Amino acid sequence: MSETSVAKKARPLSPHLQVYRLPLAAVSSITHRFTGIALTVGTLVLTWWLVAAASGPDDFDTAQHVLGSPIGLLALLGWTWAFGYHLLKGIQHLIWDAGKGVNTASAQRNSVLVFGGSFVLTAIVWIAAFAL
Amino acid sequence: MASTSDNGFRTRLGRVRGLGSAKSGGAQWLAYRMVAALLVPLTIWFLIAIVRLAKAEHADAIVWLHQPVNAVLLLITLVATFHHAAYGLREVYEDYIHGKLARLAAIGLTNGAAIVLAAASVFAVLKIAFGA
Repeated sequence: MSETSVAKKARPLSPHLQVYRLPLAAVSSITHRFTGIALTVGTLVLTWWLVAAASGPDDFDTAQHVLGSPIGLLALLGWTWAFGYHLLKGIQHLIWDAGKGVNTASAQRNSVLVFGGSFVLTAIVWIAAFAL
Repeated sequence: MASTSDNGFRTRLGRVRGLGSAKSGGAQWLAYRMVAALLVPLTIWFLIAIVRLAKAEHADAIVWLHQPVNAVLLLITLVATFHHAAYGLREVYEDYIHGKLARLAAIGLTNGAAIVLAAASVFAVLKIAFGA
């Protein structure tokens, strides 16, 4: 008897990642981590590119060729977006760490700004890279 | 060791209980933010630089790195980047790896990899900067 009354009451359940639609601020937060991890992997490419430049024209040409290939360009496009996102979200975190804007409304607004800004920044960088 | 003349029979743990934190984590926290703030202008500079070097021949990259301002700024960017990356990954490990030994191994391996990559990158930059 007690079981049915509990069921009828539809008690709130604790949210679980698999059934819970994350708020934008939460998606924005975990994206900061993912982009940070991706950028760390990207430092391998940066080191490789610098070492190739130091070892001579042949190795550098190989590096430039690989980075200029379709897969290389796709990786660089992803890297640019991850960089732009991590930069903007990082600035937001520094502002938070300074104790400003720590509330739900500004977290929501800033998440939109960071996502939007990251795409704008990526577009600017790639237009500039091809135009120059 | 601290004096135990007042109540030598108390354990060290007993003496520190209730006295708050070890009061040394703050410096690490602040250093991470300082490096992050430093990386904001540095990485923007770096992004502009690599956009301009996107289609560079080997000779162009060498000429660019021969300029002391570029070499010095790139060296600072590299060291700051690898510090930031290693510390950032450490925070991720501390959140998600619960086994003490596994966490220690992950942090140690990441720090080791960051040091190797940083050293290789710095060496490559110096080799070009000091090269003919």
